[in-house]
Amino acid sequence: MRREFKEQARKIVSKSGIDYPFPENLDFSGIPPVQFQEPYQIDYLCSYGQDSPFFMGLKRRKLLGSRCKACDYRYATPRAYCMYCGAKTEWFELPRRGRVHAFTVCYFGSEKFLSETPFILALIQFDGANTLFLSRLKGLEVSEASIDWIGMPVRAYFAKNISRKGRVPSVTDVWFEPEY
Amino acid sequence: MRPVYLVSGGVSKFAKARKDATFQVLVQEAFDYALRDLGLEFREGIDLIDGSVASYFSDHFARQLMAGIMIQDFLGLCAKPSHRVEGGGATGGICFQEAWKAVASGYMDICAAYGFETMSRVLTWKGNEFIALASDTNFDFPVGGFYSGYYAMMVTRHMKEFGTTVEQMAGVSVKNHRNAVLNPYAQHAGLVDLGNGEKVEAKNLNVADVRRSAMVAWPLTRLDICTMSDGAAVCLLASEKGLEKLLAKGCKIDSLVRVSGVGRGTDAMRMADRPHLDYDSFMRDCALESEVGIIDAQRYRRLWTKGFRYPGVHSFRAGRQAAKQAYEMAGVRYPVSDLSFIELHDAYTSSEIQTYEDLGLCRYGEGGKFVESGAPFLAQVDYGDIENHFTSLLPRKGILPVNPSGGLIACGHPVGATGLMQAVFALWQLQKNIGRHFGNEILQVPKARRGAIHSHAGTGTYVTVTILEREEK
Repeated sequence: MRREFKEQARKIVSKSGIDYPFPENLDFSGIPPVQFQEPYQIDYLCSYGQDSPFFMGLKRRKLLGSRCKACDYRYATPRAYCMYCGAKTEWFELPRRGRVHAFTVCYFGSEKFLSETPFILALIQFDGANTLFLSRLKGLEVSEASIDWIGMPVRAYFAKNISRKGRVPSVTDVWFEPEY
Repeated sequence: MRPVYLVSGGVSKFAKARKDATFQVLVQEAFDYALRDLGLEFREGIDLIDGSVASYFSDHFARQLMAGIMIQDFLGLCAKPSHRVEGGGATGGICFQEAWKAVASGYMDICAAYGFETMSRVLTWKGNEFIALASDTNFDFPVGGFYSGYYAMMVTRHMKEFGTTVEQMAGVSVKNHRNAVLNPYAQHAGLVDLGNGEKVEAKNLNVADVRRSAMVAWPLTRLDICTMSDGAAVCLLASEKGLEKLLAKGCKIDSLVRVSGVGRGTDAMRMADRPHLDYDSFMRDCALESEVGIIDAQRYRRLWTKGFRYPGVHSFRAGRQAAKQAYEMAGVRYPVSDLSFIELHDAYTSSEIQTYEDLGLCRYGEGGKFVESGAPFLAQVDYGDIENHFTSLLPRKGILPVNPSGGLIACGHPVGATGLMQAVFALWQLQKNIGRHFGNEILQVPKARRGAIHSHAGTGTYVTVTILEREEK
């Protein structure tokens, strides 16, 4: 937790009644509630499970989607089974180039991403895929955000050290930038 | 299925933080109000209630698993049957429908639906994170995990497809804030924080204030977005036999309100996975009875010719399915004329506009124009300079008030309580006793006969629509 948040939380809970004089007549009215601060931290033991090949693909700078073996529906975000016919999908490589389908600039966010604001979120569409892919969009001036960005041709970029041995990539290790 | 009546309700005043009480007491406040309103003593009420359904969204916010049973025991309802439901933002709406099922099926004659959320247990930033954990934690959350960002993407696509404007969205914020001024339960009825160091009285709020408030996720500003809240709400539902039991105890019920339609829909968690359906699939599976006429069909044909696909990320298919089922059950054919008002899930001004379309108040693509028509405003409330921002002067002002209470934007959104709060406000509208509960008559919808409530989980994954009707004797 950021130190400033820790401090902010401490300030809030310090408005506590714990150190008020104890009313010997047991009339507690007018005394604030007793408040306290408690940290909570977990290391989850995670697995990408059936979607693991997508992340192995990222390490080799490939964007993998899922293709339905029965109906050929093509998912730009991996799905192990087709939503429409229930068949198992197989992996296929998505093009590196796509277009912005929708976007936003986040000026606020969750604690985890606050230090990265402002950042651009975008849903990317690809030729030859039926669904979209959520990603960060970089290389644009956020103050110039405009609906005209929708439809803009973009290209995938991968984090520099993504292929380092032992490194487990996150979906944020790929992002898109405008292709001029 | 047996007829089910909503007989009473209560709401705790929604507040940014209720440090003076734990969640059980918030529910107790709403529960006591609901019993008192029936004229029941506590013990009589407990004896009559056959069981309950508990509603809260997040174990993270509660910092407590099995909070439902802790409410059940606090209220004195043990050892009666109960269970907890969870469905994101729609948790309250789902809870109401589960209580309806318990009564409609004959399992219970009187069922209590109670819900709460205590969101002040963490700072806003952590709260945003908890909410964002309700998105795919492998593919969506790590990219930027922020619900306002998800909704902002949905509305940029809506703007692109249909030309929806930020002024139309701001109009929704002005409407809901100004409605809430006379709702004593609302969190944002007084000074509204623009998040840029400025504060404006809700009763004076204008489109320019909404646009000037802090940018959160372009183009959504602080005042386009609801806030976190601490609060609780309770509904009591009864069968005809349950009504007899209540009347035998001398209960006073202003007028009977029946649950006449229930619908629920779903969609894929990841927005990226949502389908892009063709015209024929839409007309076959998704069009409402009011849309299959030749004029609407032609308009839609033209949209698809231009490359429009449904629902994509700009529309909520789950909301449409919920509406379709509820309308069919209640016999609603033309929602704008068949309904007297709607309390809908305006977590974002943009999603209120998108929901107008899902509910068939206008065709897909015309939600922004529906705001400008004035239809969702209250005829008796002053909205300042709003007309200056629109191309027309609210020609249909008050035709179908939406969120006369102020909605989530102005009342606050303590998730597990929200859908039940809507039911309570709708009950009071239909019983025409808003004056008694709010302490003033201004927000009473004249001639309220049939209302809809709409509860929605992020980003349109679970949606419930319930129709409530006043029984005229």
